[in-house]
Amino acid sequence: MAISTDKNSYTVIFAVVMVVVVGSLLAFVASGLKPKIHENQRFEKQQNILYAMGVNENEGDGDVVFVPTTSVEEEFSKYITEQLVLDGSTAEAKENAYLIDVQKEIVKAKAGEKAELPLLIGEKDGKKFYIIPMSGKGLWDVISGYISLDDKMVVQGVYFDHRGETPGLGANIKQRFFMDDFIGESILNGNSFEGITVAKGNNDPMNNDKEDNAVDALAGATITGNGVTAMIKESLKLYKPYLETIRTN
Amino acid sequence: MGLLSKKDANLILDPLADNNPITIQVLGICSALAITAELKASVVMALSVLFVLSMGNVVISLLRNVIPSKIRIIVQLVVVAALVIIVDQVLKAFAYELSKTLSVFVGLIITNCIIMGRFEAFALGNTPGKAFLDGIGNALGYGIILVIVGFFRELLGSGTLFGFKVLGDPVTKTGLYSIGYENNGFMIIPPAALIVVGIIIWVQRSRNRELIEEA
Repeated sequence: MAISTDKNSYTVIFAVVMVVVVGSLLAFVASGLKPKIHENQRFEKQQNILYAMGVNENEGDGDVVFVPTTSVEEEFSKYITEQLVLDGSTAEAKENAYLIDVQKEIVKAKAGEKAELPLLIGEKDGKKFYIIPMSGKGLWDVISGYISLDDKMVVQGVYFDHRGETPGLGANIKQRFFMDDFIGESILNGNSFEGITVAKGNNDPMNNDKEDNAVDALAGATITGNGVTAMIKESLKLYKPYLETIRTN
Repeated sequence: MGLLSKKDANLILDPLADNNPITIQVLGICSALAITAELKASVVMALSVLFVLSMGNVVISLLRNVIPSKIRIIVQLVVVAALVIIVDQVLKAFAYELSKTLSVFVGLIITNCIIMGRFEAFALGNTPGKAFLDGIGNALGYGIILVIVGFFRELLGSGTLFGFKVLGDPVTKTGLYSIGYENNGFMIIPPAALIVVGIIIWVQRSRNRELIEEA
């Protein structure tokens, strides 16, 4: 090679050219694919929300099967009857409230600032579902999910997701055997909002006791499990004023 | 291997056993511990590394005469990072489900020392064709160990393979569990991977004593 690659000037020029080329390549790819990626994310949210209210295509045990992306938009508008944003105990309707970034809003709400907390109301077979989005911290990254309640504050379904929990351990929060345990648990203890604890050694591994505000924890995923407990508790705290108004005994 | 000369074939075959990146070069241990609790995750990780390492090796090899030696490590990092991001974006747009499974691996690929190690040790000094074969070979060598570790950890730790209950159901006590067998909870936590890798190293070195390092 004729050029000396050791010269400082060459090094600087190479670095600049490299940054410009790679930077524009990545920007080009990112902006080109953006609409498609956003659409995928929107479908995913709709699928997760429907999953939490029990609209899914699960068959047999083990698998989590969503409504297919081809029909999810249709199903979503069929089952989700109201989309609200909450301010304390008052609620007002807002179009596409489900697209609100819950993670940001929860941070705002906790800091006492004005926040838009979305709540979705679904209806299936004449029964009303109140679906609350949640966001919290796992071991490595954000965990999130939806919990659907009936007007007696009994869990009708949950969906959990994570960004980077350990495969085989914390990542199992999105498996059926973990999520299904929540169904039928009450978030109330007597009259107070207790939430649901992911408990180690709660002597109820088959989850027969639906009154104990607890489900069996995952082996090897203590911190992710504690994260789920905290996520449910803290999200419900923010929604409590509104939930009190719809609660019937 | 009629297609490849003996020397080229060795580029692929050597890393599978006698020059394995994990058991001999002791690179890429971090990801071998982190993601091998499940066989599926091991396979996905192995395939991702296969793609990134073979492509990255080719790119670095093509640039080997123009890369300034002072900043070569940074250039290598940029190449891996750019490749990984592009792959991630394309998957998010066209294979969203797969990209969700891969999420945790993307960061791990960038930090995988095998990749930087092969760029530095091989791609910078060899032609693109050879570098490609070297990338394939090393990624396969890495993948084999990951799959072996994943197999034993998932089987002994959870009693499943690829999520299928091969030993029966631990809750309703069918299959092996009906005679008192229990899953070993230790196998699903990362230290178990270290032990399995250690056993592989031991077996490999006792079969081929030339591999034993001088103390």
